[in-house]
Amino acid sequence: MPYTRRALAVLWKDLLTERRSKESLNALLFFTLLLLFIFQFALGPDRDRLRVALPGLLWLGLILAGLLGLGRTFVIERDNDCWEGLRLTPGDKSAIYLGKLLGNFTLMVVVEVLLLALFAVFYDVALGPALPNLGIVLLLGTIGLAAVGTLFGAMTAQLRARELLFPVLLLPAQVPILLATVSLTEATLLGQPLGEVSHWLKLLAGADVVYVVIGIMTFEFILDA
Amino acid sequence: MPRVAMTRFLGWLAVCALIVGLAADFGYAPREMTQGNVQRIMYLHVPSILTAYLAFGLVLLGSVAYLLSRRASWDHLAASAAEIGVLFTAITIVSGSIWGRPTWGVWWTWDARLTSTAVLLLVYVGYLLLRAMVDEPEARARYAAVVGILGAANIPIVHFSVYWWRALHQPAAMLGPGRAPMPGWMKGIVLVNWIAFTLLFAYFLSRRMQIARLEEQA
Repeated sequence: MPYTRRALAVLWKDLLTERRSKESLNALLFFTLLLLFIFQFALGPDRDRLRVALPGLLWLGLILAGLLGLGRTFVIERDNDCWEGLRLTPGDKSAIYLGKLLGNFTLMVVVEVLLLALFAVFYDVALGPALPNLGIVLLLGTIGLAAVGTLFGAMTAQLRARELLFPVLLLPAQVPILLATVSLTEATLLGQPLGEVSHWLKLLAGADVVYVVIGIMTFEFILDA
Repeated sequence: MPRVAMTRFLGWLAVCALIVGLAADFGYAPREMTQGNVQRIMYLHVPSILTAYLAFGLVLLGSVAYLLSRRASWDHLAASAAEIGVLFTAITIVSGSIWGRPTWGVWWTWDARLTSTAVLLLVYVGYLLLRAMVDEPEARARYAAVVGILGAANIPIVHFSVYWWRALHQPAAMLGPGRAPMPGWMKGIVLVNWIAFTLLFAYFLSRRMQIARLEEQA
């Protein structure tokens, strides 16, 4: 099977498993709803205060959801020796990484769409005009989050202290993504054109490329043994 | 010369260089006009971070070389350099904090260079935590190498993102483009201390790698 077909096969398998079990998605959607309440309780009812904190809260929510969701993709492979099956796949192992990355990306995008809708309803944010630009920022930010999360998730899935190590490794690596996406989200919600904050956009795109390339290049070292 | 004797010689050389450095900091260097004696911290602060950069460079080198060659000695280099790098980064942050309190009036501020240095520390503390939690040496080396490579590739990205986010620190004195607002003799003292710290680093590194070798044999 050619490279892309193998990657898509992994993606298809993950999407199918998720559609049938709805394990990750249901829990994640409920978790984001809970986060919304927690944020509200932490900041109080003041609308202006919420509006100022909104870009940060949105990305904090996504990263927290990512910490829960991304770490799981390889944990499910531990059941029924699926791990062995993956490792026996012929050819370049990075296809597995790409497939898992695409699956994680899709899952996170679904969570994001819901989170955005909930923000718009509960916090009374007018997203309408900012939506196209916000979409670009969200997609770019999600690639960076999912690229590192998938790589570290594969690594920590095999460790005893994975719930502890996954965030400890992922969070420092996500600092640039968080800074860039929060600044970009702030700008888009204020109605600034993306051209004015293009340096952040370039940084985000550059970080995405670096993370995905490193993931593709180093994944086989995590998988083998 | 046998390896142990070499290491011991390196240790004494580092001690001598540190004494020369200390003499220069407190004997030769005059009291700074506006900041007073607290400015002398700079002679510890700048060489520490430069040594930490060297250490993290070696972590990257050891990580890449390990994945390519699968030789345990490269992993020992990366692990040892990471530990010492974390130590020197911590010295940089603590010394800077002690300097910042009388000079800026705060122990800590979310300035670009402070923040990116702190993120650097967090990344490599994470690296050490990962190492501590994997028991199997071969898997530990592989995972750590991947984190070491990603962490190093992330340094410039973190640097720019944090820089655009905020800036208050004085421009880099020794490395990097732009003016260095420092008289020649002051640079000389920093250089002497830099050499002393690098010797100390080399001594720590060879000792730590010896320990790593012994641990593997045990």
